[in-house]
Amino acid sequence: MTPDIGLILGIDGIATGSIYILVGLGLVLIFSVTRVVFVPFGDIVAFSALTLASMQLGRMPGTIYLIVTLAVVACLVETGQHLWRRQPQRIARGLFGYGVLPLIPAAVAFLTAGHLPVWAQIPLAIALVVPIGPLIERIALRPLADASILLLLVVSVALTFGLSGLGLLFFGPEGFRTRPLTDEIFRFGPVVLSTQTILMVATAGIFSLLLFLFFEQTLIGKALRATSVNRIGARIVGIRPGNAAALAFLLASLLGAVSGILIGPTTTLYYDSGFIIGLKAFVGAIIGGLTSYPGTALGALLIGVLESFASFWDSSLKEVVVFSVLIPVLLWRSLSLGRVDEEDHEVEE
Amino acid sequence: MSRRSAAIVLALAAIALLAAAPFYATSFTITLLNYIGIYALVALGVVLLTGFGGLTSFGQAAFVGIAAYSTAWLTTAEGASPWLGLLFALASTGLVATVLGAVTLRLGGHYLPLGTVAWGLAIFFLFGNFESLGRHNGLANLPPIYIGRLSLEPTAAIYYLIWAMLIAATILVANLLESREGRAIRSLRGGVVMVESLGISVFRIRLITFVIAALLAALSGWLYAHMSRFVSPAPFDLRMGIQYLFMALIGGSGHILGAIVGAALITLLENALQDALPLFTRDGQQLEVIVFAVIYVLVLQFARGGVMPFVLRFVPGAAKPPIVAAAPLSRRTMPERGTSLLSVERLFKRFGGLEAVSRVGFEIKAGEIVGLIGPNGAGKSTVFNLITGALTCDDGKISFFGQDITRAGQRRIAEAGIARTFQHVKLRPKMSLLDNVLLGTYTRTRAGFFRGALRLDRQEERRARFEALAQLKRVGLGDEPYGPAGNLPLGRQRILEVARALAADPALIILDEPAAGLSRVEKKALVDLLHSLRNEGVTVLLVEHDVEFVMGLVDRIVVMDFGSKLVEGTPGAVRANPLVQEAYLGSVA
Repeated sequence: MTPDIGLILGIDGIATGSIYILVGLGLVLIFSVTRVVFVPFGDIVAFSALTLASMQLGRMPGTIYLIVTLAVVACLVETGQHLWRRQPQRIARGLFGYGVLPLIPAAVAFLTAGHLPVWAQIPLAIALVVPIGPLIERIALRPLADASILLLLVVSVALTFGLSGLGLLFFGPEGFRTRPLTDEIFRFGPVVLSTQTILMVATAGIFSLLLFLFFEQTLIGKALRATSVNRIGARIVGIRPGNAAALAFLLASLLGAVSGILIGPTTTLYYDSGFIIGLKAFVGAIIGGLTSYPGTALGALLIGVLESFASFWDSSLKEVVVFSVLIPVLLWRSLSLGRVDEEDHEVEE
Repeated sequence: MSRRSAAIVLALAAIALLAAAPFYATSFTITLLNYIGIYALVALGVVLLTGFGGLTSFGQAAFVGIAAYSTAWLTTAEGASPWLGLLFALASTGLVATVLGAVTLRLGGHYLPLGTVAWGLAIFFLFGNFESLGRHNGLANLPPIYIGRLSLEPTAAIYYLIWAMLIAATILVANLLESREGRAIRSLRGGVVMVESLGISVFRIRLITFVIAALLAALSGWLYAHMSRFVSPAPFDLRMGIQYLFMALIGGSGHILGAIVGAALITLLENALQDALPLFTRDGQQLEVIVFAVIYVLVLQFARGGVMPFVLRFVPGAAKPPIVAAAPLSRRTMPERGTSLLSVERLFKRFGGLEAVSRVGFEIKAGEIVGLIGPNGAGKSTVFNLITGALTCDDGKISFFGQDITRAGQRRIAEAGIARTFQHVKLRPKMSLLDNVLLGTYTRTRAGFFRGALRLDRQEERRARFEALAQLKRVGLGDEPYGPAGNLPLGRQRILEVARALAADPALIILDEPAAGLSRVEKKALVDLLHSLRNEGVTVLLVEHDVEFVMGLVDRIVVMDFGSKLVEGTPGAVRANPLVQEAYLGSVA
């Protein structure tokens, strides 16, 4: 391997890594607020890229049907729960939040399908995909909000099944690659940078900064942080855990949708490609301890670079390398953690 | 007919029905039964691991795959007998499981399942990329299994092998769960502090349980490989690994038969969906996955125990075997009364900026009852946790029997003869009173996993059960030894912890607020019990807030306040001490 190739691989790795940063931040955001290890998160990334691809091809995006399906189920769950708890006055609000709001972008996309101006495609694709997270949270995870982390993990793995089935149903088995946003290339001596790469890294940077400002500077951000530290305490000071969870899923979904737009032009994506993307971001997040945002960013970057070099070495074994790296990482974590104080694990299910 | 014989008749009828299946069922049914049996072996491991041991794995399919590929490679490339292939498959899977387990099992909670997802994927991709394993095409033309000269190639022939192995494995696992190490496995659900305080190595038990589950998966992989006589990566992917976990969860991971029930339900449902869905949709395959996801989520939301609890409502529970008199377990030699038993020197522990225990020292002589008292937050429970090894001190020295135990860890301290109870009761509420107390006898008994699974431990087990019942009776809880511990009121749960501690035959018993929540009569009984323990040579150290209870019971008192030792002396002297009065009541200014 020459230094030139090393440089190219390194830049490539950082570009992929910045996608993993966005996805990893979304995962940590969801985990810290709701304790859900949201395995299907990568699917949101893939669905976002596939949505944009269908729009560019002038087709009706399958996301519309996906959103309609999820919104209908969510409305049923929401209404059922309010009736069960004898609070019919809350039904209207629930139907608005889980029925009307998510369907607005879907309706727009449905009516404009085929003759949508190019500049509107990306924002609409993001708006279409963003409701997926909160809808899934409402349908499958909110009813289990007080269950153990393990049970939530098992549910989220089951959801992965379902979402990949829905993905195949609505997007079909073909793979798509979106048109590159730009194809300009910069040269700095030996360094060749495509605008796409710069865009990926810059977006990851900007969104990380925005997330940081959100958590540090806004009241809502602080409420989310409070919920992640202590759910009961947050409830006592008037933060509804349900709202916090919906917001966390909404923000994370946004991060996922943006990642999908960015990754779309760089690789061919299939309905089930998201799973692997999500898991790789996970490995990054676990390197960072699953609760730290800067740690996750660093871990995600590391995974991107590792993947890039591994694919040069033997492209068919890159997945093996990336997932195997988790094992020494876990070993290092378990040794550095020392004795775990498991007082909170004493709870019986 | 007694319940026990009814259960046996039921089991025999089921076995007869299974044995005769090839004579009345179609060959397609037998094929389905073969798959159910093969899946159930893996699910049995998951039930043991997840349902009883509290460890979740999505990666069992990878173990099935390692075994299938091991035997496939050995029997095709090297032309070895499938039986050698079995040994090789078990050995290679066991080795991989040991390494993976050693790395991930120290981690709590969600790290293990996430780790299993990662290696499940890694191993799957590995299968598809090895030239010698046929890459994505796999390996074909595996030899069938022979028993002597009898070929198990026909579906109905290997059917008997699969189900014989499944039934044998189920019986062995059931035996194991009723043995000494099995109780340790069952105690893993919940916190580890209590388990280690009983002298049980949590890591060792987890690792062995994990390897057993992997070996069951390996057995399944071996059967699968020689039944289909072809292996390719697809049946060992993560999707299948997840499916194995859900077989156990849907069947009922809290019950050993949940594995078979779950494997049967999912296999039959999958089969039915594959028949039915194409009738009214082109997208049958997609919908099948979605239907399964919906079922999984609904089961987890509304029936976390799976199907078995509903079945068991209609089946009489097996009668509990009576506890018969047996030779007592051997007892340790108690130290001579009056010799120094425990000495604590300049003990120091800091939590962040708080000095919870600062330079505390005291000595306890064999045969004494010593009370540790002090206002809330004085550091009493921290001292207890330091002595018993639940926490490690920053500085200072603790010796027991003249042996330095400062950093020995909970397990070795328990083995040395210190037993304890907890301020916040730590029991296994779903296990019976008897099982909870039996956990206490862990350090006094020896039977390992093999002896437990093969029921070679029965003599020792009878002695342990007799001992446990004796301790239950001694603390006044001998009436319903098979009731779940969680049904007791809190005060009696504390007393159950005392019985568990006594079952360890300790030289020193450390009690953290044993009288909290007890009625006056029960407190009196506890005082009598502790006095009779002292007469037997057992030393007692206790924290208690009920001053009247302490004063009437103990020989000496150590008073703590703000992490330091205030005074030490006889109850009378302590009561009269102005420093103590100030600590409790504030200064009389």
